[in-house]
Amino acid sequence: MSVPLHTDLSDPMLPVAVRIASVARETHDTCTLVTEPVDSGGLPAFQPGQFSMLYSYGVGEVPISVSGDPGVPDRLVYTIRSVGAVSGALVNRSPGDTISMRGPFGSPWPVEAARGRDVLLVAGGIGLAPLRPVIYHILRHRADYGRFTILYGARSPKELLFTKELKAWSAAPDTQVLTTVDTGGASWRGHVGVVTKFFRFVKLRPQQTVAMTCGPEIMMRFVMRELDAQKVADENIYLSMELNMKCAVGFCGHCQMGPYFLCKDGPVFRYAEMRRWMGGRHEL
Amino acid sequence: MNACLPDIRSAVRIDCQGLGSLIAAIRRRGYQVIGPHLQDGAISYGPIQEIEDLPIGWTAEQGPAFYRLQRRSDSAMFQYAAGPKSLKDFIHPSEIRLFSAVREEGAFRILPNSDPAPRYAFLGVRACELAAAGIQDRVLLEGRYSDPIYRARRGNSIIIAVQCSAPSEVCFCTSMGTGPRAEAGFDLALTELIGPGSHEFVVEVGTQLGAELLSEIEFSDASPDLRNQAQAATQAAAASIQRRLDTNGLREVLRDNFDHPHWDDVAQRCLACGNCTQVCPTCFCVNVEDSTDVAGQTAERWRRWDSCYSLAFTYIHGGSVRVSTKSRYRQWLTHKLSYWHDQFASSGCVGCGRCIAWCPAGIDLTQEVAAIRAATNQTEGTK
Repeated sequence: MSVPLHTDLSDPMLPVAVRIASVARETHDTCTLVTEPVDSGGLPAFQPGQFSMLYSYGVGEVPISVSGDPGVPDRLVYTIRSVGAVSGALVNRSPGDTISMRGPFGSPWPVEAARGRDVLLVAGGIGLAPLRPVIYHILRHRADYGRFTILYGARSPKELLFTKELKAWSAAPDTQVLTTVDTGGASWRGHVGVVTKFFRFVKLRPQQTVAMTCGPEIMMRFVMRELDAQKVADENIYLSMELNMKCAVGFCGHCQMGPYFLCKDGPVFRYAEMRRWMGGRHEL
Repeated sequence: MNACLPDIRSAVRIDCQGLGSLIAAIRRRGYQVIGPHLQDGAISYGPIQEIEDLPIGWTAEQGPAFYRLQRRSDSAMFQYAAGPKSLKDFIHPSEIRLFSAVREEGAFRILPNSDPAPRYAFLGVRACELAAAGIQDRVLLEGRYSDPIYRARRGNSIIIAVQCSAPSEVCFCTSMGTGPRAEAGFDLALTELIGPGSHEFVVEVGTQLGAELLSEIEFSDASPDLRNQAQAATQAAAASIQRRLDTNGLREVLRDNFDHPHWDDVAQRCLACGNCTQVCPTCFCVNVEDSTDVAGQTAERWRRWDSCYSLAFTYIHGGSVRVSTKSRYRQWLTHKLSYWHDQFASSGCVGCGRCIAWCPAGIDLTQEVAAIRAATNQTEGTK
């Protein structure tokens, strides 16, 4: 077995080089990069929900969640939306290019704790990417979980990620995938509206449901409201939080929210931990 | 030269010449002595070659938004409270290169920063500053990850403390339980005693290294009377501190008053300049900046102090999270006095008062906390 290239714990700010094996264009501004080790060393394993700090030479470093399959070793997959200088540089990479990474860092989605229970995923926009490893994991171990529901919203049809996969996932046993867009178009035949409207159609079994959500904070606040109404307990609801991150190891201080460092205490939190710090506040 | 090695926890006596010899002995071991000196109209930390570099005969008057050097009538070297710099400026430096990278055959190679860590000997460190270094240790060394830059510099350092006998008007270490007497965390601790015709130091030995340093210089026994004088000096200092921060339940008071109207009041005065975060000996936040040379052949990553008062601090795609000055002051104060307990099991404040003296608007956190507390008690009383 190859030796994983874990970020050197004696210097957690020092990145390691990785090679881009392939680039898949997902939408007009979003690409999925598959990275592989540059030498005989391996890549570290990751848990669904974790993120890496990806560095584009000379431009900078940003936190990006791993979006690949946890069952495939030595490949770390990232789905990146171009929203700034660094993410823009990363999505413009070509196969064979070198970037560097630190990580993976952070707390995972509760795929083990959710074993035997119904799982509800609610994703908005690029928020589907950090949840995709959970989907791969559950579909690979389908018998270990109860009902599986994926609710996904995007701004418009051209912003939808992983459209082929969405179709394939909905064909899996006892799995429901519902997709909606804020604004359709003449050719759109699907649902229109915010993702939370699906709560009117979806029959949850609140006692045995574990919910995981990732998306814009405003979306997650409304998801919390719906889950509250459905009586899903706070400790069975998980969210992935985002703030500015410069180090991912608790040194830079940027990602603090209440008592938490989102990088090392999160990014995945139970709503029970987060409720006090996000409920209804305009600023943190 | 004394052949004998003084015991740890014992105390001896040296005079001004002895202090000069101590500085020389430390320098002979290859350490850079960092101590108080006059710089930019303040008593600040900087390189000390010899005893004459110390601010002999100077003190400083401090108050909210106020710091002025003053002449003393004697030749005291350590009779003033903390200046703008602290150990943080040296062991958690304001800017440092983390690595450089060079382009190579279509890829790039990362070259770690291999500069050796400086060996500092800090002279004149007060109890509050030792407490602050202890707090930074918990942040930067004792968590899941440890910062190699801080680790090397902190581990390499010698600490010659000075027992504080001249607190300023902004000091409130007695409220935070951090001073004025340093009990541990030093190699040697001096108490400066000045009388008619005498200028001497009681030296407490904290470590084996401290004892070895003393063995290289001239010292004598500290008489019981002299030790009593040293004790009395810090006791008098403690008694002279007027400023108070009521820490009772403070963690909850700030946590539970996120929407208190007093935050708007502070925001009217706060300039969001970040001075308080720069002079605070525990504020640790940094930015990480990447750049290249013009040709793009080499890249560097630098770490620089940052401040939660800047708008960019919380920038994510689409905008900043803490837009108002109110939200940024609230974050700073609530982190320092409340969330810090959750994160690092202590307050983030040592009561040094730097943020009060160096705030251009003279914002005094002890008064802001008192105002929030008073109004909270009022509302509770009327419920």
